Amino acid sequence: MKVKTKNVVSSTEKMLHIVFHIVLSALAVCCLYPFLVILGSSFQSQQEILTSGYSAIPKEFTTEAYKLIFLSPKSIIDAYNVTIFTTLISTVCGLFLVSTCGYVMSRNDFAYKRILSMYVFFTMLFNGGLVPTYILMTRGFGLKDSLLALIIPGICSAWNILLMKGFFKSIPSSLIESAKLDGAGEFQIFTRIVVPISKPAFATVGLMLTLDFWNEWFNSLLYINDPSKVKLQYLLITMLRNVEFLNSPEAQQYGVLTGMETMPTMSVRMAMSVLAAGPILLVFPFFQKYFVKGLTLGAVKG
Amino acid sequence: MRLEKRNVLGRRNAGIRRFRKNLPLLLIALPAIIYLFVFNYIPLYGLVLPFKNYQYSKGFFGSEWVGLENFKILLNNKQVLIATRNTFFYNLTFIIVGTCVAVVLALMLYEMTSRFVKVYQTMLLLPHFISWVIVAYVALVFLDMDAGLFNGVRKLFGAEPILWYNSPKYWPPLIVIFNVWKSMGFSAIMYYASLMGVDQELFEAAKIDGAGKLKQMWHIAIPSIKPLIITLTILNIGKIFYGDFGLFYNLPQNSPLLYSATDVIDTYVYRTLTVLGDMGISSAVGFYQSVLGFILVLLTNWVVNRIDSDNALF
Repeated sequence: MKVKTKNVVSSTEKMLHIVFHIVLSALAVCCLYPFLVILGSSFQSQQEILTSGYSAIPKEFTTEAYKLIFLSPKSIIDAYNVTIFTTLISTVCGLFLVSTCGYVMSRNDFAYKRILSMYVFFTMLFNGGLVPTYILMTRGFGLKDSLLALIIPGICSAWNILLMKGFFKSIPSSLIESAKLDGAGEFQIFTRIVVPISKPAFATVGLMLTLDFWNEWFNSLLYINDPSKVKLQYLLITMLRNVEFLNSPEAQQYGVLTGMETMPTMSVRMAMSVLAAGPILLVFPFFQKYFVKGLTLGAVKG
Repeated sequence: MRLEKRNVLGRRNAGIRRFRKNLPLLLIALPAIIYLFVFNYIPLYGLVLPFKNYQYSKGFFGSEWVGLENFKILLNNKQVLIATRNTFFYNLTFIIVGTCVAVVLALMLYEMTSRFVKVYQTMLLLPHFISWVIVAYVALVFLDMDAGLFNGVRKLFGAEPILWYNSPKYWPPLIVIFNVWKSMGFSAIMYYASLMGVDQELFEAAKIDGAGKLKQMWHIAIPSIKPLIITLTILNIGKIFYGDFGLFYNLPQNSPLLYSATDVIDTYVYRTLTVLGDMGISSAVGFYQSVLGFILVLLTNWVVNRIDSDNALF
């Protein structure tokens, strides 16, 4: 903990302090304001956006955009289901892989520690690239249009293994030694002693993984053709295109839009991003202490 | 003779004994070892792909060898050159600007009381929590031709609206700004966390010696987070030829008019793969991306080793 000694603070230092506050709060506002505008304009009407632009405070409050999205809620509900399901499974599997490997690497008495570290670290430096991975996933495993293609990639990264290893390093080796003397096997030591005392580590890495998988969309783009199996973020990309199509002259010419006025495309876009980002933005600030704690434990040094 | 034989046997026995002793731990790590082997090591066969005329129907072994054919095509391709240039310079800028901003922010946060740190932290981290898909919408709020905030301000002053999504010249700064905006909170907190680990007595001693805040930062705070800065920079240099696909695909809305300013190797590979279906070229690009990155990491690490061996990665 920081202890602030009460000294006579010179006026320049006071000025400096004020400048810091100004800079930090300006940047903080830059980070927050765009989200307020997105939220606000999701409640604006198309007419208002066109005449006076996006705004954080709508002049006339309308839920037209949300109504339109939930007119046919199937695709968005599907996407929510797929996202929640795959995120959960990926996070659990990822935590398992990352923690087991990180734990073994943290054990100084493990004879093959150096080889294992090299083996893990090498994956950070070198990779085959997009094409062979794509061929392996589709041709090798036949995972085109499979939910597994959304679950498996990226659950076990070298970066997270090293992060976990950093956490486990702080466990005193005497604890493990004494458990061994009591006749506990390695597996037991891991599940009964190491896991329970490393809950903050699991929380941190688990949250990071959850965040990554919630925001992931690239694998849907690559591997999924079936529209009922895509993730939320990807649906956002495709929906944008569809909404634009409905307003295009071609669509109107073919009577897709008969009997309706122009669609509120601009507020629909914003409403969609509120729906896709909202859950994360509501939940994560409450968990950020784990984020920070995780990094504070000096883990990043690997 | 016999003695030697016994020695060899003894060594082998020791090896087996060692293996037995370490087997339980090895088994615990095995799932991850297998995962990395399948998803990180097997795709390395892709490094051979550009030397073949890969055809999906014939498979890896069925496709014939073509030597350097794909690389010859690559060298004459102007788009690849542009994409490489963009990737390199964007990432270089990200490393320099991103690190500077993050370190300065961390130093400022360090001077705040913990209550303020919490408030600033929460807000600065917001962009980190969303995907590039959403960031593209944030960009739209500012850059939309009719309703965007930037053109709104221009309208107030009677200036012509700018067609942001049609003019490549505005994009280099825009991309850097949005990237820094998204990543600064997280990296700042990483450096802040590292600062929290610095021994307080160092600062106290400096204060007693009459060093002001700025001097303390320069002589104590920055040197103490130097190892972290170096580690992260080496890792980032290794990725200097890898463009952030999410950023460069979403932020410019994949607008072909902007390719000269926003196309990076990864978006180029994706396009050749999906639009043209050309595996040869895209894997050749992937090959040189990997090799260049690897060489750069070794090089940087070598340089760091020369200057300050404590901070080298390996």
